[in-house]
Amino acid sequence: MTLPFQPVILWSDALLLMLLAAVAAFVLHTLRHEHLRAPWRAVWDSRLGMAAAVVLAAYGLIGLLDSLHFRARLPAAAGEPPQYAAEVLSLFDHLVGPLRTQVEESYSAPFATHLFVKKTLVTADGRVVRDYPRLKYGGAHLPDPQGRWADVAARGIEGAGLGSLLAAGAWGLAALGLAVHRRQPLATALAALARERTLKGPRAALLTLTLLVLLTGAVAALAPHYHVLGTDKVGQDVLYLALKSIRTGLLIGTLTTLVVLPLALTLGVAAGYFGGWVDDVIQYLYTTINSIPGVLLIAAAVLVAQVHIETNPQLYDTAAARSDLRLVFLCLILGLTGWVGLARLLRGETLKLRELEYVQAARAFGVTHARILVRHVLPNVAHLVLITLVLDFSGLVLAEAVLSYVGVGVDPVMPSWGNMINGARLELAREPVVWWQLAAAFLFMFVLVLAANLFADSVRAAFDPRSGRIA
Amino acid sequence: MKRDAGLLRVQGLRIEVATAAGWHAAIDDLALVIGPGECLVLCGESGSGKSLTALALMRLLPEGVRQTAGTVWLGDTELTALPEAAMRRLRGGRLAMIFQEPMVSLNPVMRIDRQIAEALRAHRGLAGRAAAAEVARLLDAVGLKPEHGLSYPFQLSGGQRQRTLIAMMLAGEPEVLIADEPTTALDVTVQAQILRLLKRLQRERGMGLLLITHDLDLAHDVADRVVVMYAGQIVEEAPRDALYTDARHPYTQALMRAMPAHGQGPLQAIPGAPPAVGAAFTGCRFADRCERVQPRCVQEAPALSTVSEGHRVRCHLAGQPAAARTHGPAQGGREQWEGPVLLQVEGLAVRFPIRRGLLRRTVGWVRAVDGVSLTVDRAETLALVGESGCGKTTLARAILRLIEPSAGRVLLNGVDLTRLSSSALRRARADMQIVFQDPYGSLNPRLRVSEIIAEGIAALRPELGRQARQRRVGELLEQVGLPQDAAARYPHAFSGGQRQRIAIARALAVEPKLLILDEPTSALDVSVQAQILGLLEALQARHGLAYLFITHNLPLVARIARRVLVMYRGRVVEAGPTRQLFAQPLHPYTRLLLASAPGQGLAAAVEPAEHGPDVTAGCAYAARCALAEVRCRRSEPPLAAHGEGRVVACWLAGPR
Ligand SMILES: Nc1ncnc2c1ncn2[C@@H]1O[C@H](COP(=O)(O)OP(=O)(O)OP(=O)(O)O)[C@@H](O)[C@H]1O
Ligand code: SF4
Ligand code: SF4
Ligand SMILES: [Mg+2]
Repeated sequence: MTLPFQPVILWSDALLLMLLAAVAAFVLHTLRHEHLRAPWRAVWDSRLGMAAAVVLAAYGLIGLLDSLHFRARLPAAAGEPPQYAAEVLSLFDHLVGPLRTQVEESYSAPFATHLFVKKTLVTADGRVVRDYPRLKYGGAHLPDPQGRWADVAARGIEGAGLGSLLAAGAWGLAALGLAVHRRQPLATALAALARERTLKGPRAALLTLTLLVLLTGAVAALAPHYHVLGTDKVGQDVLYLALKSIRTGLLIGTLTTLVVLPLALTLGVAAGYFGGWVDDVIQYLYTTINSIPGVLLIAAAVLVAQVHIETNPQLYDTAAARSDLRLVFLCLILGLTGWVGLARLLRGETLKLRELEYVQAARAFGVTHARILVRHVLPNVAHLVLITLVLDFSGLVLAEAVLSYVGVGVDPVMPSWGNMINGARLELAREPVVWWQLAAAFLFMFVLVLAANLFADSVRAAFDPRSGRIA
Repeated sequence: MKRDAGLLRVQGLRIEVATAAGWHAAIDDLALVIGPGECLVLCGESGSGKSLTALALMRLLPEGVRQTAGTVWLGDTELTALPEAAMRRLRGGRLAMIFQEPMVSLNPVMRIDRQIAEALRAHRGLAGRAAAAEVARLLDAVGLKPEHGLSYPFQLSGGQRQRTLIAMMLAGEPEVLIADEPTTALDVTVQAQILRLLKRLQRERGMGLLLITHDLDLAHDVADRVVVMYAGQIVEEAPRDALYTDARHPYTQALMRAMPAHGQGPLQAIPGAPPAVGAAFTGCRFADRCERVQPRCVQEAPALSTVSEGHRVRCHLAGQPAAARTHGPAQGGREQWEGPVLLQVEGLAVRFPIRRGLLRRTVGWVRAVDGVSLTVDRAETLALVGESGCGKTTLARAILRLIEPSAGRVLLNGVDLTRLSSSALRRARADMQIVFQDPYGSLNPRLRVSEIIAEGIAALRPELGRQARQRRVGELLEQVGLPQDAAARYPHAFSGGQRQRIAIARALAVEPKLLILDEPTSALDVSVQAQILGLLEALQARHGLAYLFITHNLPLVARIARRVLVMYRGRVVEAGPTRQLFAQPLHPYTRLLLASAPGQGLAAAVEPAEHGPDVTAGCAYAARCALAEVRCRRSEPPLAAHGEGRVVACWLAGPR
């Protein structure tokens, strides 16, 4: 039996799945240890933190769906070996179908029915005029474009209505969970969810979710018939591009961690714990790295990657694989330049921990260095690592935008906010302005970075010893 | 409200703190009066609410703490009703406070004289030459030299910093000065100086002094009146002499028995622990720990009743003095014990490099431990005393080879540890373990108690299986008096005393013959200290353990150790059997230490010179020694025998 598709695992997909597995393991470990769970309870109680977590989860879901790649099987005559399309699609592409395929000729404004640029048209009676043509898809179902706002409103409300059903379902499920957990009747649990002070965090999460679902419902109802955020120069739907860029942003923000973490942990902790010449060497190393301008290193590395891809085309059979490799390279080099801050922090903390009496007591028992590091040092720096990584995340998302803008970021054909902004900058000079591409990229990036920062803040507050009781 | 004779009057003070389960009273219906020129000492164990009281008077309560009732009158001003701006002017002016840790109250990047001048400008509007003259006068008043005014806080010693802070507080000419544990972070000798200074200033200036301490002996030296607090309430209030001769509250009586300086019997611990904030009380708050508890006590809360002029007690039995207690047999003692030598340290030295400059070149050495020799016999307790920074902890760590010694030998059962390879050393360490001072820093917060205790067993006796290890953990918990369910919990669930028990269990896990106890009780309350010492003594009797007990608390030494070693700047200056050494100290430094110990009046102590410049030749103590002569500065006195196992390093000790 042959599948109707051939799964494709890009490098970044594999790394992302690895990362997810690690996060899942971390979560399980945390859940099983009371003292690890305790600080998270403060996050759970924080309204902003929980709302931000829901937004992040929504982004994460889209990013994940967009990371499950496949090549569709082409129709083939019976008996022949199956043939697969050259284009690599993701599950996300598949789900949003029309968004991807409804490509116009060029720019069109949000909810437009006509193209943004004039074309030479031949009218029904054979005259040749220059005018704005109707779009192929956007509002094409309307006999009279005048009525489009009524249509937009009607469809939007209908979609939001469907969304509200989903939201009600979510509230119901949450209440059911609470009722089972507390052994209360469902109505009591629902009332508690709506009012109880101790549930303010989860309530904020549910409210955010409701908002998100309503918005998604409306957009989903509109998207097959309109270009909600307009189209770009080659007629691609901007909403689609902005959504596709989520994966790129998330990958840059998280895969870099895979490089930063081992480097910073081993080098920072080793420098602090062993001291002496080990410390000298590591300090020398990171001081050196820190004194090279990061952008130069990144530009050089991206160039090397580009040359490598061009000289070995046989290794990368699809366009997706090529741009993916460049992305992975970018993460690698961002990681190689980005571990210094965390390593320095860990060195300082380990220096302090090393002198603590429980470490001394362990040494008095003759416990080996490796065991001391694993049992006494690592668990006590874990919160620092966590806080730093979460804080760094938004910085990396922004860095991608800047790097792509100056042309040393991700592949120019890969959807990313940086590329969108880069593409939009020339059009800003037009009259009237083509603003939607830029606005969409900013909006999506802003929401992600804001959510990440709010979440990081509540994590930091939860782990900050100073927020506890003062002696 | 009518204005009264009292300078500072507190009435009906109630303070609540936020806990997970809402607001709970931490201070309940507290009343205080401090007259002009009077020293009132507020005494009580950790958590009894002393600091909160002081902070409430200053209106400096931290977040999560609020005052819900009560009035505070300073003269004819009601402080709780004052607008914040007026209160700010009053703080550091008419009402001033000094804290335990002077470093956090001083600005680290500002010269001392400038900081004092700033206080003068803020509270008395002085500037220019008038301010400079006043700064000089204040520095002199607190016993600092004019050149100290030109230094920055980090260049001063702890005692000098505390003096600076006092000078700053005096700048506003306060009517009442509050001092919250002003000497807890200081050595006994410096503590005596600071207390003498505070006392003198209080008398000279007719200032009210509210001193907060956990040390009843210290209270004895400075107080006119003493207030004892327990669980947020005043339990006894009395003029000083009345309290020390005729304490009526069972808690006060028990505290006195737990103080090492009183009596000679074994220290008597108060069973149990103080209640946590938020505990519900129906009767007396002390009932579950009280040895005289009556059925009535559990049902009915006692009120403060007056037993004599100015002596008030919160106890149903206040009218009946306790029967005089007989002390147990004198201890301090098993002097007859003569075991074989277990640990022998010969000429041990540790030096740390001083690094300077960009390349961190070594420009010199600090001799933290400088040729120390000592022996510990089987099953004996040897005490090691000295001020902070004299190298006690470094010595302990060097003996265990947690720090590599730079010279000398450490023989444990005749085997030289300094020559062992790291694997042989690991095995040898099973015989010698250490218990640290800080019960909070010595347990890894991320491990369960069972894992903490089992760590040593796993490292030194890997042949034991998981089950055998867990059984051993159970036994150890029982030996140190902890419940079995402690094994599954994390350290944060335990109090300081319980944590110290866990640390002792961890050290005992590998069945050592020698325990090095590095100030094991100095972070604990006296009642808990007595419990821990009782435990150590029981363990010694049961397992024949030897202790090297490091402490700065001299009265404690008298109660537990057979022999004492006095260290000064990395060297042993005097050693000998406890009783003889205490009865007739030969070295001037030992005499100073003994005279500075609280509880014997401040007059007894001789004022020592402040640390002079470091001497490179001759006697290390010469810079502070009142008896120093030319000979002392030229050559170093050797550690010479003075009969009966006593040794002294002083030219003037003379043969007896
Ligand atoms: N900021 C705070 N938030 C909550 N509870 C507090 C806070 N500060 C103090 N407490 C609680 O109030 C009670 C009294 O504390 P306080 O600091 O006054 O004790 P103390 O007698 O000064 O003790 P110590 O001798 O340790 O200084 C304690 O139980 C303490 O846990
Ligand atoms: S009232 Fe009763 S329980 Fe309380 S101290 Fe007095 S005798 Fe003890
Ligand atoms: S040798 Fe001299 S300076 Fe040293 S303690 Fe004795 S008398 Fe003082
Ligand atoms: Mg206090």
